[in-house]
Formats: sequence, structure tokens, C-alpha cells
Amino acid sequence: MIRVRDLHKSFGGQAVLRGVTLDVATGEIMVVIGRSGGGKSVLLKHMIGLLRPDAGSILVDDVDITRVGGAGLDTVRERYGVVFQGGALFDSMSVADNVAFPLREKTRLSRADIRERVEEKLAQVGLESMGHKNPAEISGGMRKRVAIARALVTEPEIVFFDEPTTGLDPILVNTIHHLIVELHRKFRFTAVMVSHEIPEIFGIADRVAMLHEGRIVETGAAAAIQSSQNPVVKQFIQGDIEAPARAG
Amino acid sequence: MTDTETASPRALPLRPIEALGATALDGLEALGRFGRFFVEAVAYLLIPPFKIGRLLDRINFIGFRSLTIVILTGAFTGMVLGLQIFLTLSRFGSEAFLGPAVALSLIRELGPVLCAVFVTGLAGSALTAEIGIMKITEQIDALTVMALNPTRYLVVPAIVAGVITFPLMAAMFVVLGIFGGYLVGVELLGLSPGTYFGEMRTFVDWRDLMTGFWKALSFGIIVPWVCTYKGFYCGHGAEGVARATTQAVVLSSILILVWDYFLGSVLP
Repeated sequence: MIRVRDLHKSFGGQAVLRGVTLDVATGEIMVVIGRSGGGKSVLLKHMIGLLRPDAGSILVDDVDITRVGGAGLDTVRERYGVVFQGGALFDSMSVADNVAFPLREKTRLSRADIRERVEEKLAQVGLESMGHKNPAEISGGMRKRVAIARALVTEPEIVFFDEPTTGLDPILVNTIHHLIVELHRKFRFTAVMVSHEIPEIFGIADRVAMLHEGRIVETGAAAAIQSSQNPVVKQFIQGDIEAPARAG
Repeated sequence: MTDTETASPRALPLRPIEALGATALDGLEALGRFGRFFVEAVAYLLIPPFKIGRLLDRINFIGFRSLTIVILTGAFTGMVLGLQIFLTLSRFGSEAFLGPAVALSLIRELGPVLCAVFVTGLAGSALTAEIGIMKITEQIDALTVMALNPTRYLVVPAIVAGVITFPLMAAMFVVLGIFGGYLVGVELLGLSPGTYFGEMRTFVDWRDLMTGFWKALSFGIIVPWVCTYKGFYCGHGAEGVARATTQAVVLSSILILVWDYFLGSVLP
């Protein structure tokens, strides 16, 4: 379980997070929605330990990752898989080497076992024949799928997705979402996803949290958020350009 | 009139001093970060696991890929030295000292310094650009969240590769330079080969070789240190990477010359 408590973060005097509190239950898919530039990726970077908050805590099964560093933080990170917005694939390596990389660096598996695991993961994301290619030679959608394969190859307990479908066409968005749901069903990891793909994310999320002006204004089951009467949530879901009333 | 309104004009003369103070503090902070970056790299150098595969890759990246430029510049530097020193010495009737003059210039100064400057332009700039691009495309973040320390993975192998390759490249530069000088002095201008090499043996000793070695070794630390640091702390986007690359080459070149002068004045 991940518990974010009263998280604050400012950059150069500009407050981005103003007291975020959020619980993510083990095994669920939690999607954080909110406007672009609203601090969703900043929140995610805190949860994976890339940023330190000005105040507040993030408990991952009772370990406060804002208080530990070095080896302590690495121990928590070893349970993580992260899919970055742009994929963050190593462009000096082939697709297969990218997927094999965490196994080579963090496990004692034999070469044959690693090869088998990589082939299996690439097959799961529908890229079985692409292992020899360089990341620059494949499409944006394929890169996202390779990033998902790399994030899942170590069979992590918690997987973070930072806008995994940004910049993709609607068919690819659905393909990636179905892939995430399918892999989640198979491996039962806890997923935290940052996205503004409305309404597609309601089909995959167990729960949805709306981040607005640095705070979580509403959290609930996907269906409950979809029918929310909160003016901020309503405006965001409907894409209404009129300014909403103050968040309830 | 409020307190703020009365305070502003009085504060005006202090603004340049405040700005100067802020700039000095920023500079000190950057210097501290630069030093800490190196100390961290040394710490990870001493703590296993060692990334042998990465080290071999960096030796190839810094050393092997720079071979062509080292060979070309080494040979032509020696030829230029041979020609210019021969013409100067011939005014005093001292052409016999061409060999030691070329050798000492190359071994003590030009070999390590020019080699380091050329390798900075070639491999150092590429190192900064590579790490800078890794930073802006979140590849360094990806390493971090895989619980792989980016310093251990990207900085330590580059510095160790620099320590290994810079002295070897400087030695190659010197040898090719001496043969370049031989080509011009002996083959073109008619000095006897025995004089060229014989006088060299008389005047060049181990202390000269060690001076050149220590210089090359220290440049092998300075260049990867500066270039990886600039990549790690580059700004946003393509412009940030471009600026970091330029700064890395300029700062490395300046530090090479400053450190060269310092070592030249303390080493025998």
C-alpha cells in the first residue's frame, strides 16, 4: 500500500503540490487525472523517489521514502517498475538489450534465462520480432510497449505509468490501455498511472483521483468520478472551457 | 508614504552589491557541486560492484575512437616542431640539438596538453552530449529508479577510462611527433639520424617522461570529470545540451592549461 500524506512541493517559490493526500491500495489500478501542468508528473516523481518534498510523507508499506536515501531507497525501488512519458529507452542499446538491462544489472540469471524472459516479455507486448531493432527505428507506440516490457521484466510489485499514451492515436491509446489491463490481470501488480486520457482511463482504472491546483480534490471508483458533481471534476471530464466554481 | 516606498530608493545603491553577492554565492554553490560530484565518483570507484563492461565501452569511446586524430595531430605537430626548431637552431649553428628539443617539447608539454585538448574536442564533447541527452530524455531517471546509481554507471567508468587512455594516447602522440620531427629534420633537411636520436638520449631522462606521464594522467581525470559533470547538469532541451557541450570543451581546455602550468612549476 502507498500512502501519500500532506505532500508539499514548490519550485522557485511557485507551489506545485499544496498538500496532496492519496492512498493506493495493493493490487489496484489508481489513475491520477488533472490538467496539464497541474503537478501530476511531479507527484509521480515524488512517489518514485526522484524528487524530495518540502513537507509531507510517502509511505510504501510503512517505509517513508521521503526520509530514507541511498540503499534504503534502492531497496524500495527494487520493487518498482516505471514507464516514463517518453519511454526513456536507452538509445545506445537494441530493444532486446533495453528489456534485458534490468535483469543483467540486478539479477544473477543466466544469459539463456534472460534471453527467454526478454522474448517472453516482448511477446506479451506484441513485439516478438523487434528485439534486434534500435529504439530510434521503431514507432512511438512500439517504444511505449518496449518501455512497458522493460518495466515489467523484473516482475515488480508496483508499476508507475507517467502518461503512457501521450501523443498516440486513439487506436494505439486503447491498445496500450488494454495491454496494461491484461498484464495487470496476469501479474496483479499495484499500478499508479498519471493520465489525462478522458474517458478511456475510466475503462481501466479501479479508482481515480483528481489533482487540481496542487491538491487531490476527489478520489473514488471510476464510475463515481465519472458521475461526480464536483464542479472541477465535472469540468475536467467534460472538457468544459468555462471556469468552474470552487472545488468542493 | 509607506515604509516600503521610502525604503526602495535607499535600497537602490545596494542592488549591484546584492547582485554581485548573489553571483558569488551561485559560483560557490556550483564549485561545491562540482567538487562533490568528483568526490562521489571517487567513493563509487572504491565500492564494488565495478562495471567492467561499461569501462571497456568507455575505453573504446574515449580512447579507440580518438586514435585517428591522435595519430594525425601527433605526426603533424612533430613535423611542424621539427621544421620550426631546425630553422631556429640553424641560426645559431645548433641543429644537432633538434632531437632533444623536439622530444622535450613533446614529452613534457605538447604531447599531454595537445592530446588532451584534441581528445576533449572529440570524445569529451561527445561524452557531454551523450549524458546531456540521456538526462533530458529521462534515461538517467530510468537508471535511478532501477536502483542503478548513475554516477557508478556513467561517471566512474568514464574517469577510469580517461586515466587509462590519456597516458597511452599521449605516449602515442609523443612517439609519432618524434618521428614526424625525424621525417622533417633528417629526411628533408639533412640532419644525421645518429645526431637526432643520439642527442635525444643524452638530454631526455626519466624525470621528463614522468612529468609528461603525470600531466597526461591528471588530464585523464579532469576531462571526463568536467564533461560528465556538464552533461549531468545541462539545461533543458537541445539548447541546454548544446550549451553544456560548449561549456565542457571550454572549461576542460582552460583547466588543462591551468593544471599544466601548475604541474610544470611543481614537477622537476
